[in-house]
Amino acid sequence: MTTTAAIHVHHVTRVEGHGDIVVDIQNGQVKKAQFEVVEAPRFFEAFVRGRPYFELSHITSRICGICSVGHATASLRATEKALGVEPSEQTVLLRKLIFHGEIIDSHVLHTYMLVAPDFLGVGSVIPLVKTHPDVVLRALRIKKLSGDLCAMVGGRHTHPCAMAVGGFTHLPSEAELRDMRARLVAARADMDATIDLFATLPWPDFNRETEYVSLRKPDEYAFIDGTIVTSDGFSYPIEDYKKVTNEKCVPFSTAKWTHHNRDAYMVGALARFNNNYEQLHPRAKEAAAKLGMKPLVTNTFLNTAAQAIEMVHCIEDSIRIIEELLIRGIKPEQPIVPEKLSGEGVGSCDVPRGILFHHYTYEDGICVAANCIIPTGQNYSNLHADLQALVPQIVNRPQEEIRQTLEMLVRAYDPCISCSTHLLNVEFV
Amino acid sequence: MAEENKSANGKPKVAFFDFACCEGCQLTVVDALQTHLDLLDAVEIVQFREAMSERGEDYQIAFVEGSCTRPSDEERLKQIRQQAAIVVALGACAHIAGVNALKNLHPLPDVRRWVYGDCADWYETYEARPISAVIAVDAVIPGCPIDREEFVRVVKAVLIGKAPPVPDYPVCVECKLKENVCMFHIGKFCMGPVTRAGCGAICPTHGDGCEGCRGFIPSPNENSMKDVLADAGLTAEEVMARFTMFNTYQVQERLAEGAKK
Repeated sequence: MTTTAAIHVHHVTRVEGHGDIVVDIQNGQVKKAQFEVVEAPRFFEAFVRGRPYFELSHITSRICGICSVGHATASLRATEKALGVEPSEQTVLLRKLIFHGEIIDSHVLHTYMLVAPDFLGVGSVIPLVKTHPDVVLRALRIKKLSGDLCAMVGGRHTHPCAMAVGGFTHLPSEAELRDMRARLVAARADMDATIDLFATLPWPDFNRETEYVSLRKPDEYAFIDGTIVTSDGFSYPIEDYKKVTNEKCVPFSTAKWTHHNRDAYMVGALARFNNNYEQLHPRAKEAAAKLGMKPLVTNTFLNTAAQAIEMVHCIEDSIRIIEELLIRGIKPEQPIVPEKLSGEGVGSCDVPRGILFHHYTYEDGICVAANCIIPTGQNYSNLHADLQALVPQIVNRPQEEIRQTLEMLVRAYDPCISCSTHLLNVEFV
Repeated sequence: MAEENKSANGKPKVAFFDFACCEGCQLTVVDALQTHLDLLDAVEIVQFREAMSERGEDYQIAFVEGSCTRPSDEERLKQIRQQAAIVVALGACAHIAGVNALKNLHPLPDVRRWVYGDCADWYETYEARPISAVIAVDAVIPGCPIDREEFVRVVKAVLIGKAPPVPDYPVCVECKLKENVCMFHIGKFCMGPVTRAGCGAICPTHGDGCEGCRGFIPSPNENSMKDVLADAGLTAEEVMARFTMFNTYQVQERLAEGAKK
């Protein structure tokens, strides 16, 4: 039993970016349990001021190497709304397709390569190459497929070069689309095996209900555009995002904190699953049933399982989108050029880790104000509340087990810390 | 590489580190390893925080992603330099400071206030710089992100003790080899004529002019490049933007050198 312990996990591993867990237990009482963000701030919102509108999505995609398509898409939507550009139906379909590719890519990285080692008792995916080759090779196949899907549409997997304001500068051929469709159909077997694997994992039993926040659309499981909804029954247009985020600085974190109806809220796959379950593809609902999940799921650790369900959904919806594109035929469209160069717009996407906002103001084609609110930043308050609730429940376990369980909790959020240190401009006008 | 740099099993020990960056280059490394699993047999990875829990400190080759953006980064970089026989700058942020250096175009107090408001003084930061501004660097893998195949080529060269094969000719050469129509001929604009090749001209191949993420070639003809961009219809401000998107640090360094002369 741990009666007195000071646990400081310096730079939690297998997450994106730098964060520390600090726990102080004295005589069985939890004195301190917090997550500290120590990532170097990069100041994107400050330095995109003065840049021409066509650079914004290319610069802000560099906020994150994992969700560069998500940042590019939110950025393009913000610029398009500010400058009055309405993308074509073909562009909308292609953006959904590349977005699905990124969701699958990010989720397979997190579920298989970052989380699975915790359950298989190893420090990384590398030893699994020898002990569980079938699992690793399956993960690599899905990863390669999703990466190739992103590259087919965006020209490059990380930091897509073909995504532009008003459309795409390069289009996939119908032959490429047909080939990709066949590979996605073949990947169903790997998805079945994935769900079977995750159905066997012993998720820690920890429930704490919170407010779940995501996008929602009337006709589909929302990833791009829509309205902001919360599981506490609130609904806002994207432009009113600050009514949800309410950011503030905290001294031990280079990322800002958010809260809405309660002290904290959660965004990401579990929030989307809880809010938009009905719109999942039937195969994804079957996967959820195998995992024993139906809203409202309040175990944070199951965010990883929700990601596995979303992978099934995105594979199926990608097949549907490609079929629609093939029926329509790929039209040789050029990106739409904006007719006005001044204005203000907010773009929002539900990226792998949750809801993301980009907000820009342009004067004569030059960005004069910018604000980005990142999913991981919105999850810190909730992670903190989870730590406060979880540590007392496990305080009697050996210190090493406490440390590992807390690391697993942090990892369950799939935090993207380097993203989250590009924060709100407090004095935004 | 030299015998003394190898571990007991004969494999060089490798570590990955990151500073201010998006970690996209390390993810590209993960992607490259998927198709080159043999590389995992040639080296022993002892530290890769993004992908593994183990943290070995007895590495010989250090790959560093990200820019140095605060005084405490310098200390960490110097520790890495002290330990590693070979330090490789991984990607644009480490190589040329990349988009991080865009903040150097604004007064620092203004940048801090814009993002953190009243809490502007809580966080440590200074002008972004490439890691070569702080420590000696033995090899670079340019690009934002790095090119997978180039990563594999550079790693192989480092392992056999050869000079890394990074081209010093411009992107235009690779565009010609790909038989791309020149961006300037289809009403677009491009930094290809002054930018280091090695990416396979990936952006022009996908209809998007080069943005200069791999840094300038040796002795770039900047004045000609500016004239060509202006002839393509860019305003003076937009021409400057093309030069500074990834290369602010280099542009400011050259201006400072020019002022000295």
